Amino acid sequence: MKALELHRDLTRIWKNETGWRGVFSSVSHTDLGKRFIITAAVFFGIGGVLAMLIRAQLATPQSAFAGPEVYGQIFTMHGSIMMFLFAIPMLEGLAIYLLPKILGARDLAYPRLTALGWWCYLFGGTIMILALLGGVAPDAGWFLYPPLSGREFTPGVNSDVWLLGITFVEISAICAAIEIVVTILKFRAANMSLTRMPIMAWYLLATAGMMIFGFPPLILGSILLELERAFGWPFFQPEFGGSPLLWQHLFWLFGHPEVYIIFLPAAGALSTMIPVMARTPLIGYGAIVTAVMALAFLSFGLWVHHMFTTGIPHMALGFFSAASVLVAIPTAVQVFAWIGTIWAGRPKFTLPMYYILGFFVVFVLGGLTGVMLAIVPFDQQAHDTAFVTAHLHYVLVGGFVFPMLAAAYYWMPHATGRTRVMRVGIAAFWLIFIGFNLTFLHMHLTGLLGMPRRVYTYPVEAGWTTLNLISSVGGFMQAFGFGLFAIDIALQHRLGKRTRRDPWEAETLEWAMPTPPTQYNFASLPTVDSREPLTQDRNLGARLAGGKGLLARAVDQRRETLAVDIASGAPEHVAILPGPSLIPLHTALVIGGFFLSMLLSLYWLAPVFVVATAVMVWRWAATTGTVNDAGPVNAGQGLCLPTSFDVRGSVGYWGSVLAVAASGTLFASLIFGYFFLWVVAPNWPPPGEFDAYFLEPVLVTAGALLASGGARAGLRNFRRAKPGAVLAACGLALAIAGLLLGAIRHLPGPAEHSFAAVAWTLTCYAVFSAAVGALAQLFIRGRIASGHVSARRPHECRIAAVWSDYGAGVAIIVAWLLALSGAAL
Amino acid sequence: MVMVFLASTLAACEGALSTIDPAGPSAARVADLWWCMLGGSILLATLVFALLLVGLLRRGVADREKPGNKSVWIGWLGLAMPVTVLMVLLGFALWVGERNLPTGPAAETIEVTAYNYGWEFCYEDGSCSEDVLRIPTGRPVDLDIRATDVIHSLWIPRLAGKMDAIPGQVNRLRIQADASGTYEAVCAEYCGVGHASHRFVVEAYEAENANNLMGAAR
Repeated sequence: MKALELHRDLTRIWKNETGWRGVFSSVSHTDLGKRFIITAAVFFGIGGVLAMLIRAQLATPQSAFAGPEVYGQIFTMHGSIMMFLFAIPMLEGLAIYLLPKILGARDLAYPRLTALGWWCYLFGGTIMILALLGGVAPDAGWFLYPPLSGREFTPGVNSDVWLLGITFVEISAICAAIEIVVTILKFRAANMSLTRMPIMAWYLLATAGMMIFGFPPLILGSILLELERAFGWPFFQPEFGGSPLLWQHLFWLFGHPEVYIIFLPAAGALSTMIPVMARTPLIGYGAIVTAVMALAFLSFGLWVHHMFTTGIPHMALGFFSAASVLVAIPTAVQVFAWIGTIWAGRPKFTLPMYYILGFFVVFVLGGLTGVMLAIVPFDQQAHDTAFVTAHLHYVLVGGFVFPMLAAAYYWMPHATGRTRVMRVGIAAFWLIFIGFNLTFLHMHLTGLLGMPRRVYTYPVEAGWTTLNLISSVGGFMQAFGFGLFAIDIALQHRLGKRTRRDPWEAETLEWAMPTPPTQYNFASLPTVDSREPLTQDRNLGARLAGGKGLLARAVDQRRETLAVDIASGAPEHVAILPGPSLIPLHTALVIGGFFLSMLLSLYWLAPVFVVATAVMVWRWAATTGTVNDAGPVNAGQGLCLPTSFDVRGSVGYWGSVLAVAASGTLFASLIFGYFFLWVVAPNWPPPGEFDAYFLEPVLVTAGALLASGGARAGLRNFRRAKPGAVLAACGLALAIAGLLLGAIRHLPGPAEHSFAAVAWTLTCYAVFSAAVGALAQLFIRGRIASGHVSARRPHECRIAAVWSDYGAGVAIIVAWLLALSGAAL
Repeated sequence: MVMVFLASTLAACEGALSTIDPAGPSAARVADLWWCMLGGSILLATLVFALLLVGLLRRGVADREKPGNKSVWIGWLGLAMPVTVLMVLLGFALWVGERNLPTGPAAETIEVTAYNYGWEFCYEDGSCSEDVLRIPTGRPVDLDIRATDVIHSLWIPRLAGKMDAIPGQVNRLRIQADASGTYEAVCAEYCGVGHASHRFVVEAYEAENANNLMGAAR
């Protein structure tokens, strides 16, 4: 009886608002995870249709199906959609849906940020698709190399659609990455130490970490190229001291980690499914965790293998070649750990297992051609040919799509509470598997016979006719397979038989809950003492539903979940999570307004939306917290814990640290760009005389030190927090004035030379960072006045200090860098 | 599947743009490298698939308390084997790569300019030609490659690997044709709507009468 009452109360607290408003204001990770997955599947369908258009065009030589202009848009959008609108959001969706469930939590660390990410993804993706329908889609290839993508050679909005649309979508990637890391570090079951985490959590931790450091270079590159296109700031034009290679470095500095960002969550799903299917533990948990971390680290050191033909000295290429083949080792560790697990166990030939075996065949072949392409002299032949097209499809379809199809069948009973209906899934598998190999296996040969990528037609004499026709037949076969898969999933959703909880006899906590899951996941939260809590206790789900775990309470209409110590998993505090809100939707709309005004060249309107975004973020932050000193709460089982309002290390602090880390990566990439152009680009030094200057950087330094001192005074003694915050904001305002003064007095116009363009960009970035810091401190002042921040609840001061210290640090670095550059030029 | 791939490859190596029908030392070394890597890959793929197949068919134990043997799978197969294979491969590749570099004297250095959509070749004697590159046979020739508008990539598959033509920089590529004849070349980097037909041909002349013939042709 008590269990039912608890269930009723928790349902009331965690349910969405009613009607349409509920759709727009939902912040539930289960809802949003499913929305991410379904949206990504729709984009996969659109990308797939484009792939069919490509195969229709290339089926015969001299085809009259599409002209080169249209074909350029088709292949560019196929690649861009599959990478940015399908693969990344799909893995985000998987993580958002699963993560709290496998960790034993009730939601992610920032429910409203999840919603913001989905809206940004939806709006950005929609802009791209509308451009495609309007015939103005990007057409310079999915890596958008300038000068081809620049204003001179792409005068229309095509490239702007890519730069602005993709950057809009990437906001969701950064949001998701921060959220995943903080959730894994803080929101776990009691006593789930790092070494007791399910292996999937390690994979997602590595993936999200890579996203935090991998996406900023791409975002920076997009900003620079958009500045060049919109305002003529020359970053990539050699006549003005720019270099097209800077784009390639920034793009691939993101682009290669991207491949592993896509692969790792899929590998995590495999590491989760294979032991369950083989009915034996995964071998080498520690070795796999080490391999995953090594992969994440190494993947940032091999971007140049996409640039082996750009004229970089051979010995430097040798270094990147060695790093590139090295990643084969952690990958091999995982592949053999999986095979060893299958070997030791007694595998079940279930539908997910078919796709897992498909993964092995396709991915291993893709891995082998990957090693070949890492070899410099061979790559110089195979680069930019159909061989590379074949390789990348083997790796991405093998390493991501096949595991995701397996995962879809594995977790469908969880999301729907139903099992599959007929043997449609088996037929779909064979169509996809055979169709895939029929499309791509001999495409390696097509490439070796000299067929370049991205040609819309080819002559009969070239000898590629039969090969291309077979590829097209295989492509359409695959399309039928994916269609059948979609039908099968729909059937299972509507007609599948109700299944018992945990149909696979799995090991992880997501199966210790009712299926389909309730909005609050667990009626009470588990305490774990091993990596496979379900293997230890098959009745865990029933016990938790009966309220036998922690936080079996429904108090004050508050959404509560447990936050733990990062390393040991000891219960630390009770996190209070926000409920349904329209703020994420409104914020995404004003951000969208900014991107649209940039896209439509309404540059005067863009600052209005920047201010509106700042207002929204302010409102967002202002609707958290409490003005009451609540004190510790009873978490059950004799545990008395403080709430997140009363602790110093709340998730807000960790999220801010990670956001600043992402911003810092963007900053570091910009500094890299500065020195890269200085050393490598032609037409340096810039024309004109430059001298070092000292007045302005001294001014900036004084302001920055004032800001840091003000923030610190508040942290040490709460009575000084209010004047300290004002002092910090004033200090940052002084720093901003110094930065602007220095730039106006000493820098040439940004359109004159890449030096001035980068210097102005650095200045703008520093002004922006300092302004964010100043706003954070002003916010704190207001929060103290309103009683949300008090001597008992000072943790927001710490968060504001992260932002203002960062702004101050960036201001000092930029001011001195530019002031002293003059002397060296 | 792999055997079918191999058989079809052997049967169909020829082609005007085929990298596995080499006509110069640089392309020949890379083609040899390819055949070695293909052989090695087939061996490795066979090993992996065989282990997987046996693992699926043999009857292991369905016991959640008994994990498999870590040292064999992770130590030997996951670490030791790839390290050994990759070290050998890297050494071989570095040797091939160094030999393909433009070191030592070349018979001629030719200035190449790529643009939308054509190729211009200017020779040491001051003459220039468009969309036809004329070289002597049996001797190394260096190409100094530039671009005037967007990025292109010069690729003569039967003679050598490709080299990008990038605005603002000069990239040098060494090529050599072993026999006289015509070799086709394409642009390998997407350069806009004319990319598919952004091609040229290389005409190689025998050394003894090269100067006369080439002079006349130029």
